[in-house]
Amino acid sequence: MSDVVERTLSALPGLLGQHDPGAGPGGAGGPGRVSASSRLGSLIRSITALTSKHEEEKLIQQELTSLKATVSAPSTTLRLMKECMVRLIYCEMLGYESSFGYIHAIKLAQQGNLLEKRVGYLAVSLFLHENHELLLLLVNTVVKDLQSTNLVEVCMALTVVSQIFPREMIPAVLPLIEDKLQHSKEIIRRKAVQALYKFYLIAPNQVQHIHDKFRKALCDRDAGVMAASLHIYLQMIKENSSGYKDLTGSFVTILKQVVGGKLSADFNYHSVPAPWLQIQLLRILGLLGKDDPRTSELMYDVLDESLRRAEINHNITYAILFECVQTIYTIHPKSELLEKAAKCIGKFVLSPKINLKYLGLKALTYVIQQDPNLALQHQMTIIECLDHPDPIIKRETLELLYRITNGQNVIVIVQKMLDYLKESQEEYAIISLVGKIAELAEKYAPNNEWFIQTMNAVFSVGGDVVHSDIPNNFLRLLAEGFDDEKEDHQLRVYAVQSYLALLEEEDKLYPQKFLQVMSWVLGEYFSLVTDVDPEVILTKLHSLLKKSFVTSETKAWIMAAATKIASHTSCSKTVDEIIQELSSSLDTCLRQYAFELKHLCEDKALMKTLLPFDASCSDLVVDASLSFLDGFVAEGLAHGAAPYKPHHQRQEEKLSQEKALNFEPYGLSFASSVSSSGVTGRQSPTGLSFGSDISGNSAETGHKETNTLKLEGVRKLWGKEGYLPKKENKTGKENEPQPVPCGSLLAGQVGEAPALQPEQGASLSEEDKEKQQLASTLFIGLGSSAGVSLMGKADTATQKFKRKSKITETQQLSEEASDFQNSAASNFDPLLDTIPVNVEDSEGSMHTGLRKGSPSSSDTVEDNLAFETPQSLRKSVLDDRISANRLSQSSLFADNNIEIFQPSSSAQCESASETPLVPSLPEELEELPHSKVVGLCQSDALALHLCKVWTDESLLLIVFVSNKTTAALHAVNLVFEETEHFQILESATSHFPVIEAQSVEHCQKCVRMNKVCTQAVLPASVGYQSEMETCLEFSVTLSLMDFIRPMEMTTEDFGKLWLSLSNDVKQNIKMSPCQDSLSAALDTLQQKLKLHRVDVIGNEGILACQLLPCVPCLLHCRTHSGMLALWFRSPCAALPDGLLYQCQKVMEES
Amino acid sequence: MIKFFLMVNKQGQTRLSRYYEHVEINKRTVLEAEVIKNCLSRSKDECSFVEYKDFKLVYRQYAALFIVVGIDQTENEMAVYELIHNFVEVLDKYFSRVVSETLNLLQNIFSLSKLGGSVISENKSKEKNI
Repeated sequence: MSDVVERTLSALPGLLGQHDPGAGPGGAGGPGRVSASSRLGSLIRSITALTSKHEEEKLIQQELTSLKATVSAPSTTLRLMKECMVRLIYCEMLGYESSFGYIHAIKLAQQGNLLEKRVGYLAVSLFLHENHELLLLLVNTVVKDLQSTNLVEVCMALTVVSQIFPREMIPAVLPLIEDKLQHSKEIIRRKAVQALYKFYLIAPNQVQHIHDKFRKALCDRDAGVMAASLHIYLQMIKENSSGYKDLTGSFVTILKQVVGGKLSADFNYHSVPAPWLQIQLLRILGLLGKDDPRTSELMYDVLDESLRRAEINHNITYAILFECVQTIYTIHPKSELLEKAAKCIGKFVLSPKINLKYLGLKALTYVIQQDPNLALQHQMTIIECLDHPDPIIKRETLELLYRITNGQNVIVIVQKMLDYLKESQEEYAIISLVGKIAELAEKYAPNNEWFIQTMNAVFSVGGDVVHSDIPNNFLRLLAEGFDDEKEDHQLRVYAVQSYLALLEEEDKLYPQKFLQVMSWVLGEYFSLVTDVDPEVILTKLHSLLKKSFVTSETKAWIMAAATKIASHTSCSKTVDEIIQELSSSLDTCLRQYAFELKHLCEDKALMKTLLPFDASCSDLVVDASLSFLDGFVAEGLAHGAAPYKPHHQRQEEKLSQEKALNFEPYGLSFASSVSSSGVTGRQSPTGLSFGSDISGNSAETGHKETNTLKLEGVRKLWGKEGYLPKKENKTGKENEPQPVPCGSLLAGQVGEAPALQPEQGASLSEEDKEKQQLASTLFIGLGSSAGVSLMGKADTATQKFKRKSKITETQQLSEEASDFQNSAASNFDPLLDTIPVNVEDSEGSMHTGLRKGSPSSSDTVEDNLAFETPQSLRKSVLDDRISANRLSQSSLFADNNIEIFQPSSSAQCESASETPLVPSLPEELEELPHSKVVGLCQSDALALHLCKVWTDESLLLIVFVSNKTTAALHAVNLVFEETEHFQILESATSHFPVIEAQSVEHCQKCVRMNKVCTQAVLPASVGYQSEMETCLEFSVTLSLMDFIRPMEMTTEDFGKLWLSLSNDVKQNIKMSPCQDSLSAALDTLQQKLKLHRVDVIGNEGILACQLLPCVPCLLHCRTHSGMLALWFRSPCAALPDGLLYQCQKVMEES
Repeated sequence: MIKFFLMVNKQGQTRLSRYYEHVEINKRTVLEAEVIKNCLSRSKDECSFVEYKDFKLVYRQYAALFIVVGIDQTENEMAVYELIHNFVEVLDKYFSRVVSETLNLLQNIFSLSKLGGSVISENKSKEKNI
C-alpha cells in the first residue's frame, strides 16, 4: 500500500495554500467558486431527490444538453467553462458519456488561469485514457507548464503526467522532468519521481538511463521523495531482484528509521509511523531476500524489530504484521523469526474479529506449504472456519485446504468443496472451485469409483460454466489411460456403468457439457460393458436426441456416439428410427449426420474400419494435400474452371481490380474476369500446387481438432486412409461388471471417509468429537508432529492418476510422426537407390565392356517428379510399408545430401578403397564449402570420383578421372546429358587428350537447376580409349538443396518482397521436444538448409533463401503449442513445395 | 494495485468514483451496480473483504455511506481497509464544516460534490503511486 495518506497530509496544506491565492486575488474567483459549487450542489441535490433511475436519466440528459450548448457557445468565459467541466465530470461519474466536452477540457488546461487550468487538467485525466487521440493535444501544454516559473503550474503538469500521458510523447518531456529531480522544492522532486514511475510502467526502456538518479531520490532528505522512489524500486525489484541486492542495506536502514519513529509526526497514522511505507519496504525486502541467505541475514534484525513494535492493537498494525509474516516466510528462514511469525498467525486466526480471522487464514494459506505443522496447530480453528456463516471465510478456508490436500485427505476436502459449491451462486467462484476439485480429483483420487463420482458431481454442479479444459482433460485421461492397462479398463467400465445409471432417470436435466462427456464415453467404451445390450444404450441416446433442452452441439456429440455404437451392431431398429427422424431435421448438421449414418449403415465393413474401437488416441493420418482430389481438380480445370487462388491473392486481386479503371464494356465483364485470373493465377497442369495450397488450411484445421478431442466420426471422412484398423487389445479380459451406486457423491461422504479413530478423552462432547474426527481426516498426512496424536502416518499414497508427462506424450507423438515419415522416406529409397544400383549394374557388366542402358533412369525422373508432392505418395507408402523398411537408414537426404553415393555393396566398396589414387580438390576450391570426394564408378582402367562445390553463384561438380593402369589413357571424353531439370553451363563435355598412368585429372562443371524438383539424376558417361573403345555410364544425383543459397536482405526488403510474391504454401509441422523453441527450429533450418535468418520477432521468424541463380523464396515461421507453422512464398510455384519437404525432413531429423 | 475507489450510498447510488485503470463508461455502471450489490448484501458481522471476480473488494461503512475499494490479489486487505479510514479522516479535516455534522447523508453528498471538483484532484495527485 502506500504512504498516500502521509503525502496527502503533508501536501495538502501547501496545495491549498497555493490555490487559494490563485482563486482569491481575482476577487471574482471567490464568488465564481461559490456559484460553481452551488450549481453543482443544486444538480446533486435534485438528483438525490429523485426516486427512479428513469427520472435521473432524464434530468442528466437535460443537464448535458444545456452544458453542450454552453461549452460550445463562443461567449462562454473560462470561468463558466470551469464550472461546466465540474458538472460534466459529475455526469460522467454517474455513467453518462459527455465526450463533447473533452476537447474543451484540454482547452481549459491550456488557456485558463491557475484554478481553471487545474480543473482542466483534472477533467482531462478523468475523461481520457492512455490511448485517446486527444491526449496528444495536451503535450504542448504540459511542456509549457513544466517550464513555467510558477511552481503550482509545474506541479499541475507533473501531476497530470503521472496520471496519464501518451507513451510515444515521453521523449518530449523526459529531459524537463529529469531536471526537476534536482529541484529545490521537495514537492516538485516528489512529483517528478512519480511521473518517472509512470514512465517506467508504460515504457521501461525510456527511463533506463536515469536509474542512478532514482538512487539519489531514494536517499533524498525528504521522506516523501524517498517514499515515492520506493514504488519504482518495488517494480524494478519485482522484475529483477538480483540487480538491486546492493541496496538491501539502504532499505533496511530506512525501515529501521521508520520503525524507530525517526520520521516527522505528520507521517503517523494513529500513532503508527508511516504504516504504508513500512508495508512497501517489507515487500521490497521480501523480494530481495528470497532464496538468498546472505541478503536475508541483513534483514533479520529489522524484521524482529518490526514484529516487536507492531504490538499495539490496531488494524493498521495487523496489516503491518501480516506483511512481516509474509516477508519472514518468503526470505531464507530463520527459526526464531518463524516462531514469532507463527505466533502472530495464531493470534490472528484465533481472534474474534472477523477481519483479523480472514487475514490469519490468508497468512496461513501462504505459509502452509513451507510449514504444514502450522495447520495442525490450528486445525480446530480451521474446522470452525469451515462452518463459518460468512461464505468468504469459508472460501478462504477451502483455499487453505486445497493447499494441504494429499492422497489421504482428498476425499473429505473435496466433499467440503462440493458442499460449498452447491450453495454458491457466483459464477466466478464456481468456475475456480470446480477447476480445483477437478485438479485434486485427478491428482489424488484414491480409487476409480470415487474419481468418476467426483467428476460426475463436478459436471452436474458446475454446469455449463465449467472451463472447457475440464471435460477435455477428463476425456483425455480416460482415453490415454495410465500405465496400468487393467486400471484403465476398470475406470472406463465404471464410467460407462455410472453414466448408464445416471441416464436411467428419464427426466433429469443434465448440463450440456456433462451430456457431451457421457455420450463420448458411451460411444467410445460401450462395448467394454458386456452385460448391457447396445440397443439399450442406443435407446437412451435416442431419447436424449428428442429432448428439447439438449442443444444441437450436444446432439452432434450424441449422434457421433450413436454412430460409433451402430457400427458394432448388426441391425438396429433404433438406429433406423434415428436416421428416419433426423433425416428430416431442420438442423442441417444433424441431418448430415443422419445421412452419413444411413450410408455407413449400408456398408458395415467400411463402417467398422472407419470407426475402430478405442482408437481415439491414435494419430490420424490426414492426407493434408488432399491429393485424392487431384483428379477432380484436373477434371475441373479441363472443363474450364478457374484455378484455385489462395485467399490473400484473391484479396489483392480484388483490391487491384477495384482501383483500376474498368475499360471493358459491361457486357463482357465475365470474360474479362476469367482472363485476368488466368493471367495472375497459378496455372499448374498437374494440379499439384492446388493440393499444397489446400494443405495448409486443412492441416490447420486438423490441428485444431486434435486439440479438442472431437468425435472422430466426423474427421475420418476427410482423410483418404482414415484410420489404420488397430488391434483391439482389451477384449480378452472382461471383468465382472461392478455394481454402481446410483447415489452421487453429493450425498455426504464424510462419514464414510476412512477416518483414523483418534485416541480421545471420553469427556469430549459429541459435537467436539465430530469435529475432532473431521480434523483427523482433514489433516491426515500433514507431517508427524509429536504433539498431535491425531495425525496418522505420513503421506504414502502415491498419485493414482499419474498423467503421462507432457514430454513423453509429445515424444510419442513425434515418434509416431517420424515413424511415419521414416517409412515414407524409406519407401522412396528404393527408387532413389536405383542410382547406386545402376552404377553397380554397369560395373557388373563392365567386364564384358558392354554398355548397358540404365533401365531405371527414366523411372527415377518420374519418381522424383512425384517428390514434389510427397504426401501424395503416402498411400503407396502405407501399402508396401514392409518392403520399405530395409533401406530406411540410408536416406539420401542425410547430412546435407553430401553423400551422394553410399557404397552398400561390400565388394565394390573395398575395391574402391583399395584404389591408391585418392583425388583431392585443387587448392582454390578447397576453401569453398564442398562435399566429400566420393567414388562414382570405376572400371579396370579408370575410376571416377566426384566432389560437389557449393559456391555462392552456382554448383560446381568436380569430376576426377584417375587412371589406374600403368599406361596412359587417350582420348578420355566425359559427357553430361542435359535433362529437363538441369542445365550445364558452358559445355556439357570435357575432353582429356591423355591421362598419364597412375595420375588424376579433373574437370569442373557448373550446373543450374532449370526445373524445380526435390532431387533428380544427371546422367553422364565417360568414354576412353585403351585397348578398345570403352564407355562407362554413371549418374550424379543432385538435390534441390545443392542449389539453394542463403539470401541476405533486410526486414523491410523482406516485407516488400513478401507482398509481391503470389505463390505460397502453408504447412504446420510438429516440433520434437528437443527443439521446441523457435530459435532452435530456426537454427536447424539455418544450418541444415542454408537459409538466411532475416529477423526474429517474438514467436515469429523470417528466413530467406534463393534458388540459384536468383529465384527468391521467403519463409515465415511461427511457433504455437508445439507446432511450427511454415509459410513459404516464392515467385516460382514449385519451389515452396520442394523447400517445405526439405524443412519437414530436417526438422524431423534434428 | 488499487483498481477503483467508490463511494456509494445505501440506496446504491454512486456518489463518487475514481478508476485507476481505464474502464469504459457503460461498463462502469454495470460494475458499480454489481459491486454495490455485493457489499450491501453483507451483514455487520461478516468480514469487510469480498471476493469479486478476479479481484477483491474492501468496503467500509460510514453511516449511510459505503466506501468500496477494488484491489487485486497482491494487495494487503487490511492496509486498504485502514486506507479508507485515513481517507475519511482527511476528508474530515478539510471539510470539517460538513463532515463534522456526523455524516449526515445530505451533507455528506454535499461534501462529496466538492470532491467531484477539487478533492479528487488532491486524491489524484496522491493516489497514482499505488
